[in-house]
Amino acid sequence: MTGWTRHQGLAVGLPFENVDTDQLIPARFMSAPRSEGYGRFLLHDLRHDANGAPIRDFPLNDPGAEGASVLVARRNFGGGSSREAAVYALADAGFRAVIAPSFGDIFAGNAVNNGLLPARVSEADADALLAATPGDLAVDLEACTITAGERVIGFEIDPVWRTKLINGWDDIDLTRAHAQEITDFIAARRAARPWVWPHGVGS
Amino acid sequence: MSTSLTLFDKIWRAHEIHAREDGASLLFVDRHFVHEGSHHAFRKLAERGQSLAQPELTFGVADHYVPTRGRGKAIADPAIARMVSTLEENAARHGFRLFGLDDPRQGIVHVVGPEQGLTLPGLLINCGDSHTSTHGAFGVFGFGIGATEVAHVLATQTIWQKKPARMRIRFEGTLAPGVAAKDMALNWIARLGTDGGRGAAIEYAGSAVRALSMEGRMTLCNLSIEGGARCGMVAPDTTTFAYLENRPYAPQGAAREQALAAWAELVSDGQAEFDREVVIDAGEIAPIVTWGTSPEDALPISESVPDPARAASESEATRIRASLEYMDLRPGMKLSEIAVDQVFIGSCTNARIEDLRAAAAVLAGRKAKVPGLVSPGSSLVKRQAEEEGLDRIFVEAGLEWVAAGCSMCVGMNGDIVAPGKRCASTTNRNFRGRQGPGARTHLMSPAMVAAAAVTGHLTDARPLLEGRL
Repeated sequence: MTGWTRHQGLAVGLPFENVDTDQLIPARFMSAPRSEGYGRFLLHDLRHDANGAPIRDFPLNDPGAEGASVLVARRNFGGGSSREAAVYALADAGFRAVIAPSFGDIFAGNAVNNGLLPARVSEADADALLAATPGDLAVDLEACTITAGERVIGFEIDPVWRTKLINGWDDIDLTRAHAQEITDFIAARRAARPWVWPHGVGS
Repeated sequence: MSTSLTLFDKIWRAHEIHAREDGASLLFVDRHFVHEGSHHAFRKLAERGQSLAQPELTFGVADHYVPTRGRGKAIADPAIARMVSTLEENAARHGFRLFGLDDPRQGIVHVVGPEQGLTLPGLLINCGDSHTSTHGAFGVFGFGIGATEVAHVLATQTIWQKKPARMRIRFEGTLAPGVAAKDMALNWIARLGTDGGRGAAIEYAGSAVRALSMEGRMTLCNLSIEGGARCGMVAPDTTTFAYLENRPYAPQGAAREQALAAWAELVSDGQAEFDREVVIDAGEIAPIVTWGTSPEDALPISESVPDPARAASESEATRIRASLEYMDLRPGMKLSEIAVDQVFIGSCTNARIEDLRAAAAVLAGRKAKVPGLVSPGSSLVKRQAEEEGLDRIFVEAGLEWVAAGCSMCVGMNGDIVAPGKRCASTTNRNFRGRQGPGARTHLMSPAMVAAAAVTGHLTDARPLLEGRL
């Protein structure tokens, strides 16, 4: 994963609350290998009618939203299922940031693990940004600001996640530095609490 | 600083390997459950050329994609067959135990773990599934993770976490007869919203929680995620210890004695502080149904469909309008007037033996007016239900009795609700399209689903339970 600090791009609005991960990617698409690209599954059943034809007035189908890389939405974006495929669908469709008043806990963590910023703003700021979509804006991870025209809005993100996005850290690489501590911890836990290990499994 | 600790603090502390300056901690994972849907994570592991750190703490279950009919025969759908065989190949390659499709212990991961005694008080449990919060019923820090984190746990048996806020929800008093753990969960989610528990570690406490069976506690903890929480938990007690006795993987003999001593410590200290505390009068809770497309859209069955014109805000009104349009409901109509096309009894939320008994209590000697599917939470629950004759009650009522799996809760195995059809369901998510494209889902307890089957519409199950509880 590559780190980043600033991103400028076209923002598209999704003016709904509770856009859950089942909406972001319906379950039936998730057996596909990632290498096939997940962008075409993004919000599939909201973007298409029952016959599979694109719904013209859906925001993401607006020709003016072509090439959008920032999504602005309402509260509880990405709630529900832990499927990381929801983030793959956004990332593969070219999104780098989602701006909303609140996020599903697991979704936000998955987003950061894939370089996608979940930026938390107030309800009022989300409304103001939604009113300005589609339109260009700039996100600054160092300053935690979103600039849209003359307007500069602060956003919130867990500092741990911010550092991770900026550095493009991979957790497995980070954890490798703690290999000895892990080995020692396991030995101590096993000695003090042998009952933790499943009965009849292993030594 | 106070030395009083919450239950959650104690479990967190016992798992902390390393505390980083920025506030993230590296925690040890005692159990890691994987399923067919974990294929992305196994691919990540293969790409890095890494092996599994602790095969003996990793357990696989085939549940998300498995067919519920024609068990013992080859899987007809090639995509589903591939998902199941990929899990089998990964289990063989990495040497972890698998409860595969033909294993008599197969079932939904969150039913199988407790049933097998793999879920024990004081553990940290991860699974690439949001309903991992279910295991919290045993005083476990159990939480769902995404594929990148699953790969991390596979490779290291650890996970990085920032300590969540501590929240306690106390249900004081006694539940009325015919009111279930499902109603308790939908009650608090409706009250606080789907982001009401955002990222928090919830401890459920109070006399009504203590009075719940393990099955009820699992239902309550299972739905924590629908209120936005990281996890939900109940302090273990004699109910917990009795449930775990003689479970295959639970500690036995001297190890059990040692475990019991450790488990007795797993309570919040009297002076322990919570970041947020909510108290709910359990006696006030009525049977609840959902009317919209989010679990927070829940009301007592005696109420009516909300009117967007009376919403608190414009965005709220927009949301209600969109929900009602999708659900094809009129503002102001009585919830009990909503006719259903079918019912589903199943899922990690409500498919344990007690749930099947509750549904059977309503259905015994009655006929369902609509078709429906009953999928037990595990193959062992299925066997027990058959020993108790519950399967005959369902079949004689006109419902279909099938094998165990996630089935119509998530629709991945082909068990779906047809477009535009309305289903009364014991599951956890009434999201748009969750049970199939265009499907309309109403969430409720097993007894309430059974009552909807018998009457053909949403209805209070209590009159149908009279003399039967």
